[in-house]
Amino acid sequence: MIAFINVALLTLLAVVTVAIVRQRSLFAAVILSGIYSFLMASVLIVLDAVDVAMTEASVGAGISTVVLLATLHLIKTTESRSVRPRILPMFVVLGTGAFLVWGTLVMPPYGTADNIIHKHVVPRYINDTIKETGVPNIVTSVLADYRGYDTLGETTVIFTAGIGVMLLLGGRRRRTKSGQDGRSP
Amino acid sequence: MSVLETVLGHYDYVITMFLMMAGLYIVVASGNMVKKLIGLSIFQTSVYLLYIEPGKITGGTAPIVDPAFSVYSNPLPHVLILTAIVVGVATLALGLALVARINEAYGTIEEDEIFDRDRES
Repeated sequence: MIAFINVALLTLLAVVTVAIVRQRSLFAAVILSGIYSFLMASVLIVLDAVDVAMTEASVGAGISTVVLLATLHLIKTTESRSVRPRILPMFVVLGTGAFLVWGTLVMPPYGTADNIIHKHVVPRYINDTIKETGVPNIVTSVLADYRGYDTLGETTVIFTAGIGVMLLLGGRRRRTKSGQDGRSP
Repeated sequence: MSVLETVLGHYDYVITMFLMMAGLYIVVASGNMVKKLIGLSIFQTSVYLLYIEPGKITGGTAPIVDPAFSVYSNPLPHVLILTAIVVGVATLALGLALVARINEAYGTIEEDEIFDRDRES
């Protein structure tokens, strides 16, 4: 039953992606990408990644959509030009895709328990997390305790991106205030 | 293993690769910069799937320790992707700020129009 739900959700994801590729209206594309993120969050719940699903639903479907809509408000355009079908990109994409699918055929099938990635450090995290950190949620204990430095690096990235956005958009307000509208005629 | 079993066991990976290539196609073929960034985030999301799918164990549960369960799915990919999602939205915001700035300078976000304007000047 769960495997069936998984297949259905993944098929829906593919359908929504095709709709995004074919969509000319930017507003519709943004809303479709919000739907895409919610479907992705559902798939992640089926794959037992509940923490990732919550983050994807709040950050991917929430913040990303809001930021995209704010940009559409700033650029005041909602239609993209119609894309004439391009042969070369399609050819490259199909070729690369075929290679990647061929490469995944050697991966263990869905749900294999004796997969090599479950053998190395993971049993230690699962067995010792209560004893060493007292946190039952293993994802939290690894993120905030065992690998706390990575999370520090992550916040540095967000800080840098925030400074970049402030510099790019803050100058805009100053220019329009001093009378010279930076927009081209 | 029969062909049908292979297809069903690897359906996740096939869809992941499809999403990845659809994102790549949007980035390459679309001239609109907002559309390109949407394509880029589709590509990113497909990488989340690529990481988390092998971590699933049939019959396992979410990796929260409880005496009632003994089999847990692999928590390590979840941690990595949690970081990737947050970094992804940071890069998306930075890219969109650049798009807004380009629109201010050129009056358009279509790639070929921007190239035309550069050639004129």
